[in-house]
Amino acid sequence: MLLRHTKKEVMEREALTINPAKTCQPIGAMYAALGIHGCLPHSHGSQGCCSYHRSTLTRHYKEPVMAATSSFTEGASVFGGQANLVTAINNIFSVYEPDLIAVHSTCLSETIGDDLQQIVTKAKDDGKIPEGKKVIYAPTPSFVGSHVTGYANMVTAMAEQFAENTGEKLDQVNIVAGWMEPADMREIKRLAKELGATIKLFPDTSDVLDAPQTGKHVFYPKGGITMSDLRSTGDSKSTIALGRFTAEPAAIALDKKCTVPFKTEDIPVGLRATDRFLMRLAKAAGVKIPESVTDERGRLVDIMTDMEQYFDGRKVALFGDPDDLIPLTEFLVDLNMKPVHIVSGTPGKRFEQRMRDILSDSVPEANIKNGAQADIYLLHQWIKNEPVDLLIGNTYGKYIARDEDIPFVRYGFPIIDRIGHSYFPSVGYMGGIRLAEKILGVLMDRQDRDAPEESFELVM
Amino acid sequence: MRKVAIYGKGGIGKSTTTQNTVAGLAEMGKKVMVVGCDPKADSTRLLLGGLTQKTVLDTLREEGEDVELEDIIKEGYGASRCTESGGPEPGVGCAGRGIITSVNMLEQLGAYDEEWDLDYVFYDVLGDVVCGGFAMPIRDGKAEEIYIVVSGEMMAMYAANNICKGILKYADAGGVRLGGLICNSRKVDNEREMITELARQLGTQMIHFVPRDNMVQRAEINRKTVIDFNPTHSQADEYRTLAKSIDDNDMFVVPTPLEIDELEKLLIEFGIAN
Repeated sequence: MLLRHTKKEVMEREALTINPAKTCQPIGAMYAALGIHGCLPHSHGSQGCCSYHRSTLTRHYKEPVMAATSSFTEGASVFGGQANLVTAINNIFSVYEPDLIAVHSTCLSETIGDDLQQIVTKAKDDGKIPEGKKVIYAPTPSFVGSHVTGYANMVTAMAEQFAENTGEKLDQVNIVAGWMEPADMREIKRLAKELGATIKLFPDTSDVLDAPQTGKHVFYPKGGITMSDLRSTGDSKSTIALGRFTAEPAAIALDKKCTVPFKTEDIPVGLRATDRFLMRLAKAAGVKIPESVTDERGRLVDIMTDMEQYFDGRKVALFGDPDDLIPLTEFLVDLNMKPVHIVSGTPGKRFEQRMRDILSDSVPEANIKNGAQADIYLLHQWIKNEPVDLLIGNTYGKYIARDEDIPFVRYGFPIIDRIGHSYFPSVGYMGGIRLAEKILGVLMDRQDRDAPEESFELVM
Repeated sequence: MRKVAIYGKGGIGKSTTTQNTVAGLAEMGKKVMVVGCDPKADSTRLLLGGLTQKTVLDTLREEGEDVELEDIIKEGYGASRCTESGGPEPGVGCAGRGIITSVNMLEQLGAYDEEWDLDYVFYDVLGDVVCGGFAMPIRDGKAEEIYIVVSGEMMAMYAANNICKGILKYADAGGVRLGGLICNSRKVDNEREMITELARQLGTQMIHFVPRDNMVQRAEINRKTVIDFNPTHSQADEYRTLAKSIDDNDMFVVPTPLEIDELEKLLIEFGIAN
């Protein structure tokens, strides 16, 4: 009982968060930056920040994550980090030769008021940025928002600092990827190809954080959107943002800068979110949804109906990030399951409003909380008060699953004790099939484990 | 919309000069917003008639993220829009970060949007540019012109010179320029000539010499600007002239800060250090 100190009685807490359901802004910024080809993320702060962010991403992806740091010392904190960053930019371009550097700030550099825009301009004026190379920057103080905010800030920086409107419209649609796995981004591109739609997906971490083993170490793997493709997003017909929290801010910035109209959809997890995404994409690109994709849909619907008895009425507790949880909850409702407890460490009023909409018919009394005070401890307390049949969340959920003996499906970020999340998509109809299979797997294993001998079913 | 930041040594009369000048601009029919960037939160007192304004940071601390623009901006003399950044009490926390947070928040809430039809935004900033946070108002895209309030006292001139060093750094990367020195007279000998010469050496101008007059203090005690309290007094005309000079100003420069011995030489030449 590792969490034996969790009390059943829920008390109002103001100043204490226990087991937060979120992490640092720069982790999101670093992950997003890896979705540009040839990019070296750079952490403008002390070394410890950079190490933590790199190691969390490495543990999740089981891939080496390269990033540089301004290595703040006592001196840099007092005199400002300009000298460190300018030197770093110079060193990085001469030693590691990236196409670009994506700088994000940290708590320390934000607090002392380092102005990244001013420092990067200074580096440029001093000739530290070679011809054809680029440095982009995003503010990511961890005392605001969460890792989700950091991801959104870096993706917004991509739109603001890359997109160019040349006046010539290109027959392509931008898709701003909300925070999803490399496999999900690969699946989005596959679906677009099936539809015959020309898209520019950014960021794109496929073939970066799931790069194949070739026996040769490549510092900058082949994946990621190229700088020229990123520039061209300003000439696209329109933009689809996948995720209100992680993708929409970039789409707004792109519209503001280059007048590219946008629509926001959920990350296409589950049946209905995938339907909406594909219809939106087909309309934006002026293409039809082919039979092959309709068949994928049919297979998902078939599984949902065949297995309905196993899903029906089962209570679920889930935690994670808003853009993941929103379509997942909708999918669970479509499976006739009952999401009763939902927690996200990321603030934003729209989260609860949207969740209430989704659950208004099926579970109007659901416990929903997000923001800094919404932690995994609270979720555990809720579970003690109203037990559930299934827990869905990142690796940190395993402690609750073990203590309360609840079937557990890993979903979200980070997953540091299993593999698969970065290789098999959760988006699209095929992703829906995978999620349904994973949920069914743990529920049926539990049924098998607990069934008395006389009702131990061979056929399920 | 012109975005103006007022800097100067602590206690030199920045807030008083700013508010009196804003009153002059408002009288000319200009729509002005004043952003107080001082933890003491006393940059809008005269425009609001002493009304205690709830600061951006206090509101943020108490209301969380549900802050509305009308919670933090009040209308003052001549339809000026007044807001105070606020900040921690002396000796705790980080006032510089407070300014970054509140200026960001004002932007997010659309305080600068076209719907307000602003002609001017004035940032009244505490003392010296002591840390990165206090330079927030002059980051690229924020204030574009700076006026330094100064007097003929050595430390005030020293501070003005230091502020020019800060401006130089941001002028390199962005569009911020020095618009001039405002001399708030302390009745020091040869003050007018000395500040004119300091301005010349800094590559700028003395945009106005505000004589010392007790009417300013009298108006302050009554929580009013001079233009509001005693509109026919000669001091009110001084502020009107200053407002007009700023409105007509077209001399915006990257300053050339002095070395300390040059500054001392200036003082010797004008007879103070003798």
